[in-house]
Amino acid sequence: MYLYDPIDQRIVDERVAQFRDQTRRYLAGKLPEADFLPLRLQNGLYLQRHAPMLRVAIPYGVLSAQQLRMLAHIARRYDRGYGHFSTRQNMQFNWPKLEEVPDILADLASVQMHAIQTSGNCIRNITSDHFGGVARDEIVDSFTWCEILRQWSTFHPEFAYLPRKFKIAVNGAQADRAATFLHDIGLHARCDAAGQVGFRVIVGGGMGRTPIIGHVIREFLPWPHLLTYVEAILRVYNRFGRRDNKYKARIKILVKARGPELFRDEVEAEWAQIRDGASTLTDAEVRRVAGRFTRPEYQPLEDLRLPQDGPFGAWQKRNVFAHRQPGYAAVTLSLKKTGVPPGDVTEAQMDAIAALAERYNFGELRVTHEQNLVFADVRQDRLEALWQQLRQLGLATPNIGLLTNIIACPGGDFCSLANAKSIPVAEAIQRLFDDLDYLHDIGELDLNISGCINSCGHHHVGHIGVLGVDKQGEEWYQITIGGNQGMSPLGTPAAVGRVIGPSFAQHEVPWVVERLIEVYLRHRESDAERFVDCAHRLGIEPFKQNVYGHPDSPRKDRESVAA
Amino acid sequence: MATLIRRGKIASPSQPEAGAVLRLEPQDDPAGIAARLEGAARVEVNFPNFTDGRGFSNARLLRERYGYRGELRAVGDVQRDQILFLQRCGFDAFVLRDDQDAGESLAALADFSEAYQASVERPQPLFRRR
Ligand code: SF4
Repeated sequence: MYLYDPIDQRIVDERVAQFRDQTRRYLAGKLPEADFLPLRLQNGLYLQRHAPMLRVAIPYGVLSAQQLRMLAHIARRYDRGYGHFSTRQNMQFNWPKLEEVPDILADLASVQMHAIQTSGNCIRNITSDHFGGVARDEIVDSFTWCEILRQWSTFHPEFAYLPRKFKIAVNGAQADRAATFLHDIGLHARCDAAGQVGFRVIVGGGMGRTPIIGHVIREFLPWPHLLTYVEAILRVYNRFGRRDNKYKARIKILVKARGPELFRDEVEAEWAQIRDGASTLTDAEVRRVAGRFTRPEYQPLEDLRLPQDGPFGAWQKRNVFAHRQPGYAAVTLSLKKTGVPPGDVTEAQMDAIAALAERYNFGELRVTHEQNLVFADVRQDRLEALWQQLRQLGLATPNIGLLTNIIACPGGDFCSLANAKSIPVAEAIQRLFDDLDYLHDIGELDLNISGCINSCGHHHVGHIGVLGVDKQGEEWYQITIGGNQGMSPLGTPAAVGRVIGPSFAQHEVPWVVERLIEVYLRHRESDAERFVDCAHRLGIEPFKQNVYGHPDSPRKDRESVAA
Repeated sequence: MATLIRRGKIASPSQPEAGAVLRLEPQDDPAGIAARLEGAARVEVNFPNFTDGRGFSNARLLRERYGYRGELRAVGDVQRDQILFLQRCGFDAFVLRDDQDAGESLAALADFSEAYQASVERPQPLFRRR
């Protein structure tokens, strides 16, 4: 992880003091709610259904064991003993008291953490591919670039009151593991013919009410221009993005209204005025930032042949990822055990995971946007020992990439914006697909659930997506298929799922998922063809047929029911 | 009575000035007044609502692109919790919203002692000074 220098620390400390004062004025009645609202949101604080919710930033998902222990402490001291990892690589606490939030921020600052810009209409936490620094297909270490962008975006004075929230993702490897086509700005590292590092710049992707796949506005941006170019995009957006309707205020709507070419021309014209200015990155700065990251001290080791059979083999095949350093592996800790809300961890688990990170992983870990954790640098000869320990903690479910590795937002159990619950739906599906052999036979499948159209559960890019909708005050669920976050270098590109037809009641959803899988298993060309690839090849019709035309279908008469 | 802060101090309301007072609304393009900046008494940038951030970009453009050196004054929904960023974007005068405490607002200009980015206030980003 990046280690703060005294200036980084001072900025975070000054933020704590500033927010303490804002909270004091609010509680004293000197700061009206309407004026406090954007201020507290820019510090990750929501006031909602049961209690406030505080979202803590985990920049690009990287955490030290010490920081995780602090999160455990906060869960114990200020909350109800657990926290929730979100799809934005953040941690959310659902029960803190408003008057204690300044103390929580002070505790966080003591371990180089904060809640800056985790909500509100500003540049949010930068997200990244979670195998940065270890993947065999790596082009650059994405974390260095994320940190450079984190510093640039932190308290950027011009962009604190944008039309709407703004999310940037950086991907440093060949395969896109950061969903760069689904962010306001996606930056995908590449090298030009001369070996110079740069980025493909993608804008205007996103989920929510209007899901859109982003547009490439520049195939290659040499790295020194990263900040000036991003600044040009933000300036065009800040000046011309719509502010009259919050549903039309994201940059994707501006890009769509202008057309990607015209938008690109505006950005390039703005950039022409500021390129080569003082914000042009220097080699010295990139080296300085890279040099402040702690690096594992690898031993010279050989790759081992790992067992393929038995429970350890099953886990090893699903949850262990190849490492570019011989003799090491990256391990995903599954937070998707059946019966546990996706992404939830207890304080005891956090402490235990911190201890394991120190023992097996150089004292670090990562949070993924699929709400799991990664130990990126585990010695292969210690995998089995680690697996044994993870099993005891309930963190070794061998389901990474499989149907039960469900992404789900907090939904109606916690979130005041929800149309429907998402956690019980996730659990019911996990229970139905409890049989591991069957699950492995189905192969790679992303199933994502959002409790409303805000799409925090990324349902649009689920191979199967489930969306909570409100029908005359009742909770219903709309099903999509064919969405894809664009993870794999081969096969289907990033895509938004298509709705199969009228919605379902909560208890019917697992049945529908089963029918969809049935079609896939019947029609797939081979084990190598994933559900999503098959859905793209066949189109939605056969899937629809097997759901709405099925003898047991609860929604037979699909013509007479409004979607 | 609304307080005027000018160059980091509480100032008395302006005397009648020589030169025109130009005004920008959020949707206005600063290019439209660029030709009249020379000789203007001041430019007022209006914030009908503090959450409308267009004035921040417009201020930078006036200073950095159109070379405006005179008084740049934020008016409208101007509050203590925004004036530091406004100052960093090039404002040197603020007419505070009526309910704002003048002393507290002045103190807000010192909420942060350092910033990462290049700005009008500090044209060199932190990484070139670090
Ligand atoms: S998708 Fe909707 S229900 Fe789920 S967390 Fe986001 S806002 Fe809440």
